[in-house]
Amino acid sequence: MNWNFIIFSIIKIAIVIGVVQGMVAYAVLAERKISAWIQDRVGPNRCAPPFAKYIPVVGPALTRLGIFQPLADGLKFMLKEDFTPAGVRKVYFWLAPAIAVIPSMLVVAVIPFGSQLGQQKMVISDLNVGILYTFGIVSLGVYGIVLAGYAANSKYPFLGGIRSSAQMISYEISMGMAVIPVLLIVGSLNLSHIIGWQAQHGWMVLYSPVSFIIFLIASFAETNRLPFDLPEAETELVGGYHTEYSSMKFALFFLGEYSNMIASAGMMVTLFFGGWTLPFWGLNHPAATLGAGLAHILIFLVKMLLFMVLFIWVRWMFPRFRYDQLMDLGWRRFVPLALANILVTAVVLWMKS
Amino acid sequence: MIVSRKPLTIWERLYLPALAGGFKVTARHLFRSLFRGKTVTMEYPEQKWAVPPDYRGAPYLVRDQDGNTKCVSCQLCEFVCPPKAIKIIPPGPAGPLADRPNAEKMPREFEINMLRCIYCGFCQEVCPEEAIFLLKDYSLTGQSRDEMIYNKEKLLALGGEQGGIQKWKHKLEEAKEQDTFPVKV
Repeated sequence: MNWNFIIFSIIKIAIVIGVVQGMVAYAVLAERKISAWIQDRVGPNRCAPPFAKYIPVVGPALTRLGIFQPLADGLKFMLKEDFTPAGVRKVYFWLAPAIAVIPSMLVVAVIPFGSQLGQQKMVISDLNVGILYTFGIVSLGVYGIVLAGYAANSKYPFLGGIRSSAQMISYEISMGMAVIPVLLIVGSLNLSHIIGWQAQHGWMVLYSPVSFIIFLIASFAETNRLPFDLPEAETELVGGYHTEYSSMKFALFFLGEYSNMIASAGMMVTLFFGGWTLPFWGLNHPAATLGAGLAHILIFLVKMLLFMVLFIWVRWMFPRFRYDQLMDLGWRRFVPLALANILVTAVVLWMKS
Repeated sequence: MIVSRKPLTIWERLYLPALAGGFKVTARHLFRSLFRGKTVTMEYPEQKWAVPPDYRGAPYLVRDQDGNTKCVSCQLCEFVCPPKAIKIIPPGPAGPLADRPNAEKMPREFEINMLRCIYCGFCQEVCPEEAIFLLKDYSLTGQSRDEMIYNKEKLLALGGEQGGIQKWKHKLEEAKEQDTFPVKV
């Protein structure tokens, strides 16, 4: 029994889940504020606990930034009435939000968010088949949505659930195939090795930009974000698959969606943008000192935040895809493009060796 | 008129110029709102909007320029009010006399239930004495339903002064200026 490993793993899991959930709450706030600024308005800027106006400079400034808003949101979700509509199968109704949330939290187990702090590697589990595990778990996310749509016993959530599951399954294929050239180039499925390779040779996005673009667009479709928003669009389907869910269950869906976004952003940073490395200042190597370790974690977080801002920004740039256009893009354009990408990468690698 | 639709170039079919245009527009709005503060939000209650002159706010009883109340308890507003928000208790034959010269009656009690009022303005339109006006209040709050039934003192206090409109005299002049009129004036 390697107690050392178990205890440190538990500590890492607790910290990572705490940080990810905190980031999810503030991702909701970031989405509201950034969406507001893009639309020429101000987001939430009033919510404050009573002591905030007594803190001299920081209090009102933070209130105007809306920092305390997620606390109010969390409180609202906990105190709202949890309503179960008539005619639903209670088992599925209660199970669906959990199944929607759990895969997104499991994916962060393989993402390396730093190099090492002291002797501890900054990844919860350094699997040798990290990417395979990721894609397997992401595919499980479809079940939550299907079950949510089916269990709600109502037309619009059902249609939303079906559309969403079809969309997610189609884009998983292109997402998986888009990553294969990366694996061909690096030669290993281990995410830490991919980052090590990028530290030596430069960021992967310069070596296979096509696969980055396919992965980016497929991850918009995977997380049901605009422009692939049809299953949960308000003008189309009232609320899509989470219409009938109130307070805590809706909060779990919301949590699942934003955790999915965070996990996708983390995967993109790890696979294509070098993870925790920066090409200058000697930050390419695993950290020797505590300061360097913390700097690596900070670099990873900043890169991930930039991708989150991109997710939020793209939402207000493009109109929504119609459902047949969405499926057309997924099957008829991305799959051949990804296959061609694999072929070209394989041929180039063969000619180089 | 025939609109010419040129076939799209390969870049346009990939939507790349459209994507770039989208980025530019949203970035412009983002930086404008974030760094130069040009948002269109009116931050109520720190900033309030200017109420236009004929705005139909909450109905209140008014006094004329000499400080006299005007309502003579004809109950026309009570009968015309669509949600029946106004409730008037007339003085009756043995009731109190009017509190001003040149008036025969005044209401013993005049209540408007502000929770039923729909701000339609019929009471103002029908009042022959120009005693009730819809003024500029738009946000009324209270902590109980009873608190929101405004009685005569409160209505008079909130009403202020609106002297010298004389609507019926002006209506008579307008009628006389018409070419044909059903009744001899």
